[in-house]
Amino acid sequence: MAAKTINITLKIWRQKNCNSKGNMETYTLNDVSTASSFLEMLDQLNEQLINEKKEPVAFDHDCREGICGMCSLYINGRAHGPDTGTTTCQLHMRMFNDGDTIYVEPWRSAAFPVVKDLVVDRSAFDRIQQAGGFVSVNTSGRTMDANAIPIPKEDADKAFEAAACIGCGACVATCKNGSAMLFVGAKVSQYALLPQGRVEATQRALNMVRQMDEEGFGNCTNTGACEVECPKGISLDNIARLNREFLKASLVSNK
Amino acid sequence: MSILDSKIPAGNISDKWTDYKNHLKLVAPNNRPKIDIIVVGTGLAGSSAAASLGEMGYNVKAFCFQDSPRRAHSIAAQGGINAAKNYQNDGDSVYRLFYDTIKGGDYRAREANVHRLAEVSTSIIDQCVAQGVPFAREYGGLLDNRSFGGTQVQRTFYAAGQTGQQLLLGAYSALSRQIGLGRVKMYNRHEMLEIVKVDGKARGIIARNLVTGELERHSAHAVVLATGGYGNVYFLSTNAMGSNVTAAWKVHKQGALFANPCYVQIHPTCIPVHGTNQAKLTLMSESLRNSGRIWVPKKKEDAEAIRAGKLKPTELKEEERDYYLERKYPAFGNLVPRDVASRAAKEVCDEGRGIEENDTNEGVYLDFSTEIKTKGKQAAYAAGDHNPSEEKIIELGKKWLEEKYGNLFQMYQKITDENPYETPMKIYPAVHYTMGGVWVDYNLQSTIPGCFVTGEANFSDHGANRLGASALMQGLADGYFVLPYTISNYLADEIRTGKIATDSPEFEIAENNVKSQIDKFLSNNGTKSVDYFHKKLGLIMWNKVGMGRNAEGLQEAINEIDQLKKEFYADVYVPGSNDELNPQLEKALRVADLIDLGQLMAMDALQRKESCGGHFREEYQDAEGETLRDDENFSFVGAWEYKGDDIKQEQLHKEELKYEFIKIAARNYK
Repeated sequence: MAAKTINITLKIWRQKNCNSKGNMETYTLNDVSTASSFLEMLDQLNEQLINEKKEPVAFDHDCREGICGMCSLYINGRAHGPDTGTTTCQLHMRMFNDGDTIYVEPWRSAAFPVVKDLVVDRSAFDRIQQAGGFVSVNTSGRTMDANAIPIPKEDADKAFEAAACIGCGACVATCKNGSAMLFVGAKVSQYALLPQGRVEATQRALNMVRQMDEEGFGNCTNTGACEVECPKGISLDNIARLNREFLKASLVSNK
Repeated sequence: MSILDSKIPAGNISDKWTDYKNHLKLVAPNNRPKIDIIVVGTGLAGSSAAASLGEMGYNVKAFCFQDSPRRAHSIAAQGGINAAKNYQNDGDSVYRLFYDTIKGGDYRAREANVHRLAEVSTSIIDQCVAQGVPFAREYGGLLDNRSFGGTQVQRTFYAAGQTGQQLLLGAYSALSRQIGLGRVKMYNRHEMLEIVKVDGKARGIIARNLVTGELERHSAHAVVLATGGYGNVYFLSTNAMGSNVTAAWKVHKQGALFANPCYVQIHPTCIPVHGTNQAKLTLMSESLRNSGRIWVPKKKEDAEAIRAGKLKPTELKEEERDYYLERKYPAFGNLVPRDVASRAAKEVCDEGRGIEENDTNEGVYLDFSTEIKTKGKQAAYAAGDHNPSEEKIIELGKKWLEEKYGNLFQMYQKITDENPYETPMKIYPAVHYTMGGVWVDYNLQSTIPGCFVTGEANFSDHGANRLGASALMQGLADGYFVLPYTISNYLADEIRTGKIATDSPEFEIAENNVKSQIDKFLSNNGTKSVDYFHKKLGLIMWNKVGMGRNAEGLQEAINEIDQLKKEFYADVYVPGSNDELNPQLEKALRVADLIDLGQLMAMDALQRKESCGGHFREEYQDAEGETLRDDENFSFVGAWEYKGDDIKQEQLHKEELKYEFIKIAARNYK
C-alpha cells in the first residue's frame, strides 16, 4: 500500500496540429511515485521537458476528479488505461510496474480530429446535444411544483444512471466503428424515462440520431466494447432503448 | 464616505425583491435582438444566465476555456443544493434558510441579497425538475432530502454524490437548446484576457482563441462574468486545474472593486496530500458527514502507532477514540459548518494526534461503521426481518451506503487504494471555495457600469463562510432568476445605442495590452517553469494566509510575494509559440494574476483584525479557540481599488453591513 517510486519508458503520440503528420516519441521518466495519478506523471514529464527546453506534451484535463470528462488518452491500447470504471485522471501509477513501457495515444476517431498531440476535438458531441438533448422548457421558475408529478424511484434511478455520462468519448474511441450510440443512447434514455422528457421523446430521438450520422460517427454492431471501457458504467441497455425510441419515432413521425 | 452604493431597496426584507422587480425597467421583446450580451464562463451561473438571456431574445455570446461548456467546474460539486421547500416537514422556511445562511456566513453577508437567494431557492428545484434533472427520490416517487452542515433541517436536494454534474448538465441542456436555435453563439476553447471599456462602460472583451492563438475582439452592451473562484492561488485545491482569477482580475484592474479577498473556504473533508508531485486535491462531499463520524485517537501514542502502521484504526477501542466534533459541539455534532470543522481538525493534528503518514501527519478519520449498523438494521426491519444477524445487518448497511454515496466511495478507493466500507476514510481540510470576489451591488453589477458578475466570481451572498450546498443554489439563482431582471433594467437604456464597433481605439489599446503581455512571456527565456512559481506561491499562501493567520505571517507573505513576483517576471520560461495550442502560455497568464491576487488576499487578511468564518486570525480567539468577531469595527465589506502594478498601493473602501432583520449574535453551534 505504501507509495514507492518506479522508472518508466513512455511512447507518446506527438502531432503539431490537425494538418500535420504525427509520430510516436520515446521518453524515459524516473522516480514516479506510485501514489501519483497518470496525469500527475505527465505533469512530471512536462516539467522535465520544460527544464530541457523541449516542448511539453499537450493533453486535455481539468477537474482531475473523474467528472468533467475532459481527460481522454488511449493508454496501452485501452481508453482511459488498464483500470476499469475510471477516467485517466483517476488512474494511478500503482497500476504500473517498474520498467514498464507505456503507450499513450489520443482518441482515434474520424469524428474527433486531433488538435495537437493528445488533444482532440469533441465538439461533435456538443452539436448532437444541441440537436435535441434537452427538454424544451424556458426559465420561468413558474413551471409546477417539483413534487407535482411523482416519479417511480426505479425510473428516476435509471434516468440518473444514464445521465451520469460525462461525455468523454471513450465509447467512440474504443468502438471499432467509431459509434456514438452509447453517448446518444444515454441522453435519449435519461429523458425518455422521465415524464418531463417523454413529451418530446419522438422528435428528440430522430433529431439526435440525424445529427450523430451527420457528424460521421459509425453504426453500432453490438460488440459492447463501449460499455466495458465507459468510466461511468453506462449500460448497453441505453442503446437498446435508443433503438426502440428511434424505431417508434420513425414509425409515427410524419416528417 | 464610501464610493460603494449597494443599491439595496427599501422595505421589509420579505417584500424587497418582489417590489423591486415590479419597478425595474424592461426591454420589450422587439428591442431585445438589438442588444448584445457577452457571458464569460459556462458553469452553473454562466450557463443558466446565457440560456435565460437567449430565451428572452437577446443576442448572446458565451465563452469558456474548456473544450465544451459542460466541463465547467460546477460539474464537480457533489453533495447537493439547498432549497426552502420544507418537503420534510421539519420546520424549514425561507426565513430559516435566510437566517442559517447569514449565521453560517458569520454575519458578514448582506441581508437583502441572502433573503432574495432564499426566496428564489424553491423555484430552482421546480425549474430543474422540469428540465429533466434526475434528483434522488423516495419510494413514493417524491424528492428525497439530506442534511448539510450548519443546519438542523433536511433541505438539501441531491443526485447521489453528483448533484453538481446533474444541475450543470441541466443548465448545459438549456444552453445547448439556445445554441441550436441560434440565439446563443458559443465560443469553446476561448479565454477572456481583457475587458474593454468605452466611455466608462463595459463594451466588450478581448478573447484568445486557445487553438489558433488569435486575439479576437467581441463587443456587447453588457458583459457578464461567471468565471468562478480563485482557490488555485494555493496551487493545491479542490478546484479544476484550469480554474483561475484572470477574468475577474482584469476587470479589477480596469476599475471594478474586489471584495473580501481573504474569505476562503477550507473544506474539512478532502483526501489528504500524498506527495510533492501532487497537482490537485479531491473533495469527499460534506454529505458524508450525515453518515460518517469524525475522530482521532485520544492518545498521541495511538496516533503514532497508526501512522507507523503498527495499529489499525478498526482495532482501536471505542473509548480510545475522540469524536471531537460530537464532544465539542453536541447540538450540531459532525454537521457543524465547514470552517468550524476544519479548524477543529487542524487543532487535533497540531496536538500530534493526526493519523496520516505523510510529511505533516495531517489527517483525521471519517468513520462509517456506526451508520452501517444503524442503516443495515433499518433496512432489515423494512424488509420484514426483525431479527437480522450481524452479517446481514452489515451487508445491508453497506448496500445502503453504496446507494447514497457509491461514486464517492469508489473515487476514494481509486485514489487511496483503501476500501472505505471496511476501514475509515482518511480526510483533511483543503482549499475549496472563495467567498470573496468582485464587488457587486444588489443588481449584481460591479463598479464598472455594464459589467455584471455572478456565482462564485462575485462576493455577495456567503459572508465569511459558505454553508454546504449553497454554492449551487447561488449559481443558479443568479443566472436563472436574478440577473435576467437586473441586467434588463440596465439594458433598457441601451436600446438606441446600436451595434458597438470593435475598431475603436479602446479595442485597439486593449488588444495591444494583451499582445504585449503574451510577447513578453514568450520572449522571456527564463530558466524555470510556470508551475515552479505557482507551487511557491501556493506554499506561501497555505502557510501564511491559510487556516490560521497572524499579523507577522501576513506581513511576511506580502513581502515574499513581492519577491516572487520579481523572480517570476525575470525568470519564467514559457515554451512554444502564440499561434498554436499552448497550455504553458495559458498557465503563465493565469499565474501572473494569481500572484497579484495572493498579495491582496494577505493585505485584506492583515487589515481585518478580527476572526470571522473562514478568516481565522490567531490573535483574535476566545478562551475555547473559537472565532472572535469585532462587530464594532469590522462589520463591513472590504472592497479594494486597483492603483497600479504595485498591489500594496491598493485602496480599501468599506461598505457597512446593516442588520435590520436579524439580531447579530455570536455564532454558536454548541
